[in-house]
Amino acid sequence: MTELTKLTIAQAKKGLKNKEFSAVELVEAYATKMNKGKKYNAYVCETVEQALEQAKQSQMRLDRGEGGNLEGIPLGIKDLFCTKDIATTACSNILKGFVPPYESTVTKKLLDAGANFLGKLNLDEFAMGGSNETSAFGPVVNPWSKDVPLVAGGSSGGSAAAVAAEMCAGATGTDTGGSIRQPSAYCGVTGIKPTYGRCSRYGIIAFASSLDQAGPIAKDVRDCAIMLNSMAGYDAKDSTSANVAVPDFERFLGDDIKGMKIGIPKEYRVDGLNKEIAAYWDKAAEMLKARGAEIVEISLPNTKYALATYYIIAPAEASANLSRYDGLRFGNRVDGNTLDEMYINSRSAGFGKEVKKRIMVGTYVLSAGYYDAYYLKAQKVRRLIRDDFIKAFEKCDVILTPTSPVAAFPIGDKSMQDDPITMWLNDIFTVSVSLAGLPAMSLPIGLNEQGLPLGIQIIGKAFDEGAVLKTGFALEQDVNFGGAK
Amino acid sequence: MSGLIIKGNTCDWEIICGLEIHCQIISKSKIFSGASTHYGADVNENVSFVDAGMPGMLPVLNEECVRQAVKTGLGLNAKINKHSVFSRKNYFYADLPQGYQITQFEHPLVGEGFVKIDLEDGSNKSIGIERIHIEQDTGKSIHDISPTKTFIDFNRAGVGLMEIVTKPDFRSPDEAGAFLRKLRTIVRYLGTCDGNMDEGSMRCDASVSVRPVGSNELRPRAEIKNVNSVKFVMQAIEFEAKRQVEIYESGGEIEQQTRLFDQNTGETRFMRSKEFAHDYRYFPEPDLLPLDLSDEFIAEIKSGLVELPDAKQERFVKEMGLTPYDASVLTEDRETAEWFEKAAKGHDAKKVANWMMGDFFAMLNEKKISLAESPISPENLGALVELITSDVINGKTAKDVFAIMVETGNTPEKIVEEKGLKQVTDTGAIEKIIDDIIASNPDNVAAYKGGKVNLMGWFVGQVMKASHGKANPGVVNSILKQKLD
Amino acid sequence: MAIDQETVKKIAFLSRLKIEEDKIESTEDDFNKILDWIEQLSEANTENVEPLVSVNECSLQMRADEVCDGNQADKVLANAPMKEYGYFGVPKVVE
Repeated sequence: MTELTKLTIAQAKKGLKNKEFSAVELVEAYATKMNKGKKYNAYVCETVEQALEQAKQSQMRLDRGEGGNLEGIPLGIKDLFCTKDIATTACSNILKGFVPPYESTVTKKLLDAGANFLGKLNLDEFAMGGSNETSAFGPVVNPWSKDVPLVAGGSSGGSAAAVAAEMCAGATGTDTGGSIRQPSAYCGVTGIKPTYGRCSRYGIIAFASSLDQAGPIAKDVRDCAIMLNSMAGYDAKDSTSANVAVPDFERFLGDDIKGMKIGIPKEYRVDGLNKEIAAYWDKAAEMLKARGAEIVEISLPNTKYALATYYIIAPAEASANLSRYDGLRFGNRVDGNTLDEMYINSRSAGFGKEVKKRIMVGTYVLSAGYYDAYYLKAQKVRRLIRDDFIKAFEKCDVILTPTSPVAAFPIGDKSMQDDPITMWLNDIFTVSVSLAGLPAMSLPIGLNEQGLPLGIQIIGKAFDEGAVLKTGFALEQDVNFGGAK
Repeated sequence: MSGLIIKGNTCDWEIICGLEIHCQIISKSKIFSGASTHYGADVNENVSFVDAGMPGMLPVLNEECVRQAVKTGLGLNAKINKHSVFSRKNYFYADLPQGYQITQFEHPLVGEGFVKIDLEDGSNKSIGIERIHIEQDTGKSIHDISPTKTFIDFNRAGVGLMEIVTKPDFRSPDEAGAFLRKLRTIVRYLGTCDGNMDEGSMRCDASVSVRPVGSNELRPRAEIKNVNSVKFVMQAIEFEAKRQVEIYESGGEIEQQTRLFDQNTGETRFMRSKEFAHDYRYFPEPDLLPLDLSDEFIAEIKSGLVELPDAKQERFVKEMGLTPYDASVLTEDRETAEWFEKAAKGHDAKKVANWMMGDFFAMLNEKKISLAESPISPENLGALVELITSDVINGKTAKDVFAIMVETGNTPEKIVEEKGLKQVTDTGAIEKIIDDIIASNPDNVAAYKGGKVNLMGWFVGQVMKASHGKANPGVVNSILKQKLD
Repeated sequence: MAIDQETVKKIAFLSRLKIEEDKIESTEDDFNKILDWIEQLSEANTENVEPLVSVNECSLQMRADEVCDGNQADKVLANAPMKEYGYFGVPKVVE
């Protein structure tokens, strides 16, 4: 029998159904991998005992011929999702010891579908970062690392690494500006950020409310579709959740892509784009073309403003979202003689450098006299960016781009920390999609010269995850990545 | 002209004053959560995780709060904005759990309107309404339990508020007082706020400046915070206006500032200057979409609107023949007006009003009971008046019947029947009594005929006595005149 | 729009964050680099463009007025760093 942790979710579901192995055995197999993989620092809190309990329950349901869509499937949960009675920290010292008395809607839906939770996964503090280096628990090590430890990407670095190292069958992630897609690319796994509003944000610790969106990171496209089936859906507890029907995402897989129009944005071929990445991008287009899709050039002229727009809107919303961490009702308090002193002491000790930087940028762009020049301007440009996509989608069905302009880089890389902006530039291909609220997936396209995975991004129309999954699935057949480290 | 002119040495000064009134909206649950708004619950019992600003919690708008604010807007003759937007108002304070208040800033739910106020001299004036927006209330800080700590109770946090902002139309404390009383009457009529200033369900800030009479400049104003009775608002405005005049008269300047009213001294004191005003960093609340109301939604509220005091008053005068004064007294609150209308139905409204404002209110006062607790039902008071107008009993008997009604709650008909109080209108019977009295008092008959006409009263008295008070005084009078003249 | 150290201090206070004296200069530098960079937005032509507040095209859903939450003071207070008599506690606030 193949090693259980190598199985995809789809294969594991089949194996459980056919009684080839039990849910408990599956959890145990992953627990063994988790122990071996401690060096990756992917988990910040392990709940294997609880997962075993859940697995027993799952097995009983399976034995009765019952069970949900994810019955007995062991998952890892990004530590940004509040999980009832299990510590939830957003990987920040300010939430040290916080145990939510409630469950996020997405994790509740996964539990209801029968999933077993192995633990909470590392991330950049409050999801602010692109390398998982801002986590209060330290960086995640990319399982593809060779001589020097490489970053796993961020902010869902723990999720991508755990999937890559087979320490869970699939993981939840959240994406604000690329936080599912970019670490998926760095770690050679597959992740999809659905349309904004597709998954409920209830119980997910907020970074930037108008951008945050949950999604799965998994071993392949099918597993993403299976997980998304159980994560998506309207939730009356989230006013921004979309009251639209959720299709069976798995159904799109294998659909013919013949005649589909694949858009290639001319502006994304930025100067100095890494040659390998450019080559893989062309190769992906060729593969789709070979399957009968039509390649069309499209224009997204305002993309060049996407990063600056994002780094106004996201910090602005974050500055307000993070005001509740004041040491009063939960989390870490550092006392002071006055209320303000208590706030300042608690927040200064609790937040890390990147988070503080973004809170201050956000505070500044909203402050009196600057609102119009920064925030209001950014909201207007955001509309231009979104309108670009709407126009582009008149000419094509999905858009194909690289996921990131670089592959995973060494932890602590000086060149990334030279100035406050360099790291942000890695989001160049992902943020515009977030600003437009569109669904997008990253899947592995191949390895670079150093043997590190690179990702390709497929962007769809709002609520058309189906087209993204269908295209991704077709591409996956031809890429035949299959390479674990 | 009802303005208050403050005499100075250099010139006469007039007051420019506007009010901001926070009204707690009557609803079962809070504006953004399902926790109860019930006053007087145990500490922190009416608190949801949303109200406590817990991580990942999201607001969901209570339709009733919107309905109530729209109703109030219609009651204040204001424009309802079909499109409105929620914003975050950012500041740190112990009783503000999220670190921001969800309110409305640029696009409030209700726009301009007006309220007619009646002044003591019988004149009236229209006060402009600038806007009404809806927002969440804060928790409560308790300072007097511990000498070293402040305690926080979040039961009030998240209760819906309407902030009603007037135009700077007040020229005297009396006008402000009349407005607040009128506003209270209106919101109570509508059932949108209980209007209790002493319990804090209606709270008022006053912004006050002064200027020389005849000029139309706008000088820096002082904002006086949280004044919690109509009387105190009037006191605060008067004190503040005089303080400002004194400063100008002695060559000083006023800077824009926030002041606190001290109800023990009746004075206002400095709180903070404009430079230390908060930088609230308003921006659109990303957790809530813009609110778009349909025409049907507004029309439905409009059609269910109760008759407001102004309209009622006019109808009472025009259709029921009441004096404007009586009409204003009887429409001051909705219960009284409705009670009166029930009592007056089918009877002489003017007489019912007299009875209600006379003996009836006196009885309530004496017994210290409310209208709802009255032992006399409105139907019975109407019936009593009917017995008088249809000559079944006379006015004097009616007072006795009224007293018995208070004691027993019985219908006046039953009392009159049981006690045999029906007045005698049978002219034959009365004539017989009169003949007997004339026959047995020849001296007085002679004296009357000799010019002592005031003996008529004595004769009437004798007849009434002989009839045990049941003779109809009108009939007695006319027969006596016939016989004696 | 370059900012100075005073602004850095003001923004830090509004954010309720402390910046050590020796970090103020580098924070100011970082800040100005970021602001220079986002300055590029000024070249985007946004004349007659409405700000995009939300990518959702649906309008706000409202909930019915029902009491369905609360009565859980123990859970609300469970994570409190300081609590007494059922209240949350903070250093004495002088008004």
